[in-house]
Amino acid sequence: MAQIVAPMVGKVIEILVKVGDEVEENQEVVMLEAMKMEMPVVAEAAGKVTEIKATEGQSVEADDVLVVIE
Amino acid sequence: MPDFFTRLDSVVSQTGFLNLVWEQPVMWVVGVVFIYLGIKKNVEPLLLVPIGFTAVLVNLPLAPLVTDELGQVVDTIAGQRSDPGLLWYFYHYGFEKGEIVPSLIFLGLGAMTDFGPLLSNPKTLLLGAAAQLGVYVAMFGALLMGFTPREAASIGIIGVADGPTTIYTTVQLAPHLLGATALAAYSYMALVPIVQPPVIRALTTEKERGRVMKQTRKVTKAERSVFPVAVAMAVILLVPPAAPLIGLLMLGNLFRESGVVERLSDAAQNSLMNIVTIFLGLGVGATMDGTKFLQPRVLGIYLLGLVAFVVSTGGGVLFAKLFNIFLKEKINPVIGAAGVSAVPMAARVAHVVGQQANRRSYLLMHAMGPNVAGVIGTIIAAGLFIAMLK
Repeated sequence: MAQIVAPMVGKVIEILVKVGDEVEENQEVVMLEAMKMEMPVVAEAAGKVTEIKATEGQSVEADDVLVVIE
Repeated sequence: MPDFFTRLDSVVSQTGFLNLVWEQPVMWVVGVVFIYLGIKKNVEPLLLVPIGFTAVLVNLPLAPLVTDELGQVVDTIAGQRSDPGLLWYFYHYGFEKGEIVPSLIFLGLGAMTDFGPLLSNPKTLLLGAAAQLGVYVAMFGALLMGFTPREAASIGIIGVADGPTTIYTTVQLAPHLLGATALAAYSYMALVPIVQPPVIRALTTEKERGRVMKQTRKVTKAERSVFPVAVAMAVILLVPPAAPLIGLLMLGNLFRESGVVERLSDAAQNSLMNIVTIFLGLGVGATMDGTKFLQPRVLGIYLLGLVAFVVSTGGGVLFAKLFNIFLKEKINPVIGAAGVSAVPMAARVAHVVGQQANRRSYLLMHAMGPNVAGVIGTIIAAGLFIAMLK
């Protein structure tokens, strides 16, 4: 099980995967916005999405869990 | 009846058409190109649209907007002097006499800037200092090209792509160059994403650029509130001429971090900033009289500015690499390039360059450390120049 965490403070603007999706390594899973800049957060390893903790529009702190993959 | 024809003749001779000099139509083209770049290419539209339009206005002959050094409109037909025109007042009170415009821009920047990344990793202060290298290189280059020391110092500041500090320094030391240095500084601010990446890539390996940096520690609210007061006092005690810029920058930051004057912070960042941006456009545009602006020296200023900017970027990167020799936990040298003071553009560029090498590297916040340090570094450099040369 791997957790994909927010790399920095920001706002979740889009969640790009659904529970049950198979993701590949380096696939974009969440679009985060920090300092008016959009940045994709990518999966560190391939796996299946088991839980999505973030919601669109949510403000997150660094290291907050966004998505859990298995 | 003859009286009527004499008057008609004088009306005709007082139209703009009969009083054109060649520089003026050239400046119309320059102004229109600015407006075009702003509207169509989205290049710094907040600045280029008003500056471009004002540049066209001040190059329309006999319009009571332009003035000579005495602040008076010269009526070329009658050889009389009349009162200063509208734009002269914007320039004179906004820049020359009170430095109000660049200082208020810094108030807004302070309210917008999060110094947290610098506080959580104070080492990055040194990267911000290293990237000031280009300022001094361009200054010596300008001296070699025959510019006076005061002019050279104003040109040097362009090298860190800091618009308001360039304007402040130029007005203090070489006001006749204001149009050129302000435009060069803002041009390089706009060109940060184009000029910096190749310089960074040339000086680093892909592996270095892809290095992931660890999350930095959290900064407390008390630290954030003490910081602006302490920095303002320290810098002003050290370099008194930097007081207007650093003072207002840090006041704006205190508005932001204190958390109790949300309204003032909001005004400084938004409504006041917008108003001051209009004044900036009018004031800088007012200096773009073709007869003074179109000189070979202006091209030299642009070139020196570019050299300075490249050297500053490279200086920051190389210093970061040197720094790594002594650090247990290595930093990604790309963030050194963010030591130029184009905030937050240079930090964004560092982030993008890092991501191209490694998708799991997120440098934005790490690069903000040197980036905001660069702003403080540039203000200090400007203050030193003014102290030495004025």
